[in-house]
Amino acid sequence: MSTALARDAAVLDGARVPATGMPNGMLPEQTAVELSDVSVTFGKGVHSVPALQPTKLRVPDGDFIALVGPSGCGKSTILKLVAGLIAPTSGVVLVGGREVSAKALRVGMAFQNPTLLPWLTIEKNVMLPLKIVEPFRAQFRSQRNNSFRDKVHALLAQVGLSGFANHFPWQLSGGMLQRANLCRALIHEPRLLLLDEPFGALDQFTREELWVVLQDLWQVRRPTVLLVTHDLKEAGFLANRICVMSARPGRILADRDVTFKRPRTIANTFEPAFVTLNQELREMIVAARAPAPTGSMGGR
Amino acid sequence: MTNGTLRRRAAAAALIVLFFAAWEVACLMFGVSDLILPRPSQVFATLWTRMPVLWPHVVQTLSTTMVGFVLGVLLGVLLGALIGSSRIAYDTAYPLLIGFSSIPKVAVVPIFVLWFGSGTVPAVLTSLAICFFPIVVNIATGLATTEPELEDVLKALGATKFDILWNVGLPRTMPFFFASLKVAISYAFVGTVLSETVASNRGIGNVMITASSNFNTPLVFAGLFILAALGIALYAMFSLIEMRVTGWANRKADLIAT
Repeated sequence: MSTALARDAAVLDGARVPATGMPNGMLPEQTAVELSDVSVTFGKGVHSVPALQPTKLRVPDGDFIALVGPSGCGKSTILKLVAGLIAPTSGVVLVGGREVSAKALRVGMAFQNPTLLPWLTIEKNVMLPLKIVEPFRAQFRSQRNNSFRDKVHALLAQVGLSGFANHFPWQLSGGMLQRANLCRALIHEPRLLLLDEPFGALDQFTREELWVVLQDLWQVRRPTVLLVTHDLKEAGFLANRICVMSARPGRILADRDVTFKRPRTIANTFEPAFVTLNQELREMIVAARAPAPTGSMGGR
Repeated sequence: MTNGTLRRRAAAAALIVLFFAAWEVACLMFGVSDLILPRPSQVFATLWTRMPVLWPHVVQTLSTTMVGFVLGVLLGVLLGALIGSSRIAYDTAYPLLIGFSSIPKVAVVPIFVLWFGSGTVPAVLTSLAICFFPIVVNIATGLATTEPELEDVLKALGATKFDILWNVGLPRTMPFFFASLKVAISYAFVGTVLSETVASNRGIGNVMITASSNFNTPLVFAGLFILAALGIALYAMFSLIEMRVTGWANRKADLIAT
């Protein structure tokens, strides 16, 4: 744990820290995720559905990228590729410099549906990844949870859930569940965090609260984040870079850097520069909703 | 225990007492012969005086039921886990299972008797055959309804199939499993008595069929009362276990404290 703390402290100083020796550290590459000419087609033969056109994407370590685009454009497909949950039809997905396989990755993931286990308390729910991911898994039995419990409580406090550790999921509101869900995705200190519309089902105010929570978590822990969203404000608020995708079969139409100073506040989202960015993205997506010209992969 | 549950229980008890009282009064008022319908007081008197003779049969029926039930649970869990963890197995095996379960079980008793002779074995097999199906269905349903997103989260963590089954699949199945146990224990009971009635010289089912051929109607009803009492006792037992193990599924307010 001391290495993780040291890393966090160093990141706050603005220094890049080699990732070796970290609990779930990937290789100390500068590039966290790299898709080279990756395409995905679901099904075979005449029934095949192209989901993703050949796509290139490079994500530096510790970066925060948002994928936006019309629905069904293959945003979630990219996340599943990076998580190693599906294999590309062509091309190579590299994570931490190695070809992906879910077993070696141990990435944190969170979806719109918080999927906490109803028979476990929030504390036990957040602890679940520690039962599965090495090196915590080996310690889980011998430790009898004490240091792990402190770890969980510290993280819960960071997202404003202290005092709810012993509650059951059904006793919490949707926003609180999503906070717990973020904790579950981060508890094993993953270097890569994949978020698939995590705040999609929440009301506007709760959503904005959670943007701030997520930004804080990211600034302290500095994982590489891939965020799929259809909320352009969310993308602008959270991300360092926004990739706009076309309608299915998806491809990346535009790759915009977002340079607003951090920590960003909700008030920032009403500033002219932010609104302009929002409008530009919106126009791109509206244009992309029209059927995209079929690429070379399209009619296979 | 809160006031509400106490009142509900009192109401349930009152209804039972009222039922027996109405029965007693009706028999007296219309002068019903005890050959047709004995009064509850007569049935309870018979129960009391014949208990020493009845007791071995009670033990026989109860033990046969439990053996058939335990075997049925084992078979049901095994089949349910198999069917629930794979879509293909589910689609393949389901029609056969439905076909098997829709056979009236009284029709298979003669076959069991043919194979194993009359007595305890066909009774055990009948109760097994009749009680395993609800367990299969419930286990399979519980396993098949795991959220795909949760599975993705765990797979992305590098969880094995066993990790997912152990941490998510099985606990999620527990409420389904215990609900099915309550149904299955009643079914197992039906199976045992069915088989005892057709082909056995021991057990409550046999007592009842013998008593009925002797026109000893109070004894027939005494058998019926014993079966009802045993059925309620077993059901209550499994309800209690269910509440203990899967209270989370019932969202009771008093769980907050735990």
